[in-house]
Amino acid sequence: MGFLTFFKRDADKHTVLASGHVVPDSARCVQCGICTYNCPIGIDVRAHAWRGVPVVHSQCITCGECVARCPRGVLRFEQTDLFTKGGE
Amino acid sequence: MNYVIIGCGVAGIAAIEAIRSVDKTGGIVMIGDDPHGFYSRPGLAYYLTGELHDKALFPRTSDDLRKLNFNYVKGRVTRILRDRHLLEFAAGQAPLSYDRLLIAVGAQAMPLEVPGADLEGVLKLDHMEDAKRILKFARRGRTAVVVGGGITALELVEGLVSHGVKVHYLLRGDRYWSNVLDEQESRIVEHRLREEGVKLHFHAEVIEVADRNGKVSGVRLLTGEFLKCDLVAYAIGIRARTDLAKQAGLAIDRGILVNEYLQTNDPAIFAAGDVAQVYDPRSKRSVLDSLWGPARQQGHAAGLNMAGKPFAYIKAVPFNVTRLAGLTTTIIGTVGRGRDDDLVGIARGDSETWRQLPECMVAQTGEVNRLRLLIGEKILLGAIVIGDQKLSYPLEKIISGNMDISLIREKLLMPNAKVGDIVAEFWTGARIPH
Repeated sequence: MGFLTFFKRDADKHTVLASGHVVPDSARCVQCGICTYNCPIGIDVRAHAWRGVPVVHSQCITCGECVARCPRGVLRFEQTDLFTKGGE
Repeated sequence: MNYVIIGCGVAGIAAIEAIRSVDKTGGIVMIGDDPHGFYSRPGLAYYLTGELHDKALFPRTSDDLRKLNFNYVKGRVTRILRDRHLLEFAAGQAPLSYDRLLIAVGAQAMPLEVPGADLEGVLKLDHMEDAKRILKFARRGRTAVVVGGGITALELVEGLVSHGVKVHYLLRGDRYWSNVLDEQESRIVEHRLREEGVKLHFHAEVIEVADRNGKVSGVRLLTGEFLKCDLVAYAIGIRARTDLAKQAGLAIDRGILVNEYLQTNDPAIFAAGDVAQVYDPRSKRSVLDSLWGPARQQGHAAGLNMAGKPFAYIKAVPFNVTRLAGLTTTIIGTVGRGRDDDLVGIARGDSETWRQLPECMVAQTGEVNRLRLLIGEKILLGAIVIGDQKLSYPLEKIISGNMDISLIREKLLMPNAKVGDIVAEFWTGARIPH
C-alpha cells in the first residue's frame, strides 16, 4: 500500500536521533515486556508504556530495538522538536 | 476504609493504583489464586514462542508493588457473606472483612468435553502454569493437535511450532475465525500457517482423546479418522468466573452485571475486567470483553469509585492488536458477524462488540496486507488492518472519535477505490489545523 506524505512523519531512527524519542501508545500495550527485555541499555520501556509517557531517558540511544520487537506496534519514533516541521 | 480486591490481574492492579491516588492510608488487600501473582497474561503467547523468558512477564518489581502499600493474600475466596461484609476462604484461612469489594477474577477456558479430555497431555492456556506445562510437553512431544478458534488457538499453534512440534490444527468450520475475519483474511492466515508447516483440517471435530498407558496417543474425529499425537491443546472460548457472584446473589448474566460506575447490584461490591459485563452505549447492550485495555480502564474506574471519587466508565470502541500467523493485526470496532463453530461464546483477546452487523464494507488487499473498513452512514464502524500497520493508529482515532466521514464516503464506496490512500488523505486533512 503506498500511502501519502503524511506517513513521512513516521520518521526512521536516523532523523530522530538528535531530536526524537520513543513514544508509546498505551492503548495497544499489554505489558508483555518484550521492549524492556530487548533494550540493550536496560531501560524499563514497559513502565513508560504503562504510564503513556515518552522514553525520555539520558541513556536511550534510540537504537530501535524496542520499536522493532514490539509485537503490537505500541512504540514509534516521534520527533519532539516543536520547531521541526511535522513534529507533534 | 478497608478495600479488598479479589483477583490479581491488570484490573486489580489498576484499581489499587486508582484507590491510592485518592486514599493514601486506607487498608488494601489483594487476594489471588494464581501462584504467580500479577503478570502479563497476553505476554504468555511470546513466552510460548521463546521470545521472552518467564521472568520478563512481570511488569512490577516487588519494590514497585511495595510502594502501592497493599497486602497480598494468596488464596481462594469461597464465599461472600454480603450481610456481614465478610469473605470466607478455602483451606481454613481466617475470614476477611471489607468495606468495599472488587471482584476482578477474570475468565477461564471452556472445558473440552470429550472422553479423554482429563488426560495429563490435554492442555489449555489460562495461566502461566498452563504455559509452563505446554512448554514441558512441547519439549518431549513430537506431534500436537490444536482445537479451537480465535487468538488463543493460534498462540498455541505458533508456540508449539516454534518448538519444532508438528501441529495439526483442527477447525470445525471451513475457515479460521469466521465471525471476525472475512474469507480473504482467514485465507491469508491459513496460508501463512501452512507455510509454517501447520497441517490444517477443516470440518474436523474431535470426539475422543485416546490414550496409551495413561498418555495421549491421538484424537478420534467425528468422521472416524484417527490422528496420532502426543498432546492436545485447546482454546474453544472462555467463560467469566461468575461462581462467587452467583453464590452471593449478585445480578449476573454471562458476566457480573455492573452499572457505569462498575458497581454491582450491591453498592459495596464492584466488578471489573473479563468477569464484568458492562453497558455498551453504542449497541445499547451489556457486553463482555476479554481485552487488556478495557480491563485496565475498568479497574481504574472501579478503584476511583470505591475510594469515593465518582468516575463513570464509558465503554470505548473495542480495540485489539494481535499477531495472527506472524502478521500484526489490529481489530477496531465492528468488523464481523454471526457465530464461529470453533468458539463457544467469547475468546481471549475478543470483544462481543466486534460481531454486530456492519452496514457496508470495503477492502483493499496487498501481498500480505489487508485493510477492511466497515462504513456506516456518517462514521466508520470498524476496521481490520492486517500486516502494514501505518493506518491502524489513524483508524483507531477516526473510529473511536466518531469522526464524520461524509466527505470521503462516496469515494470509499467506488469500485476498486484505493481505500488506504483515501483514509490517509482524510487523516492528514483532519490533523492540519485550519
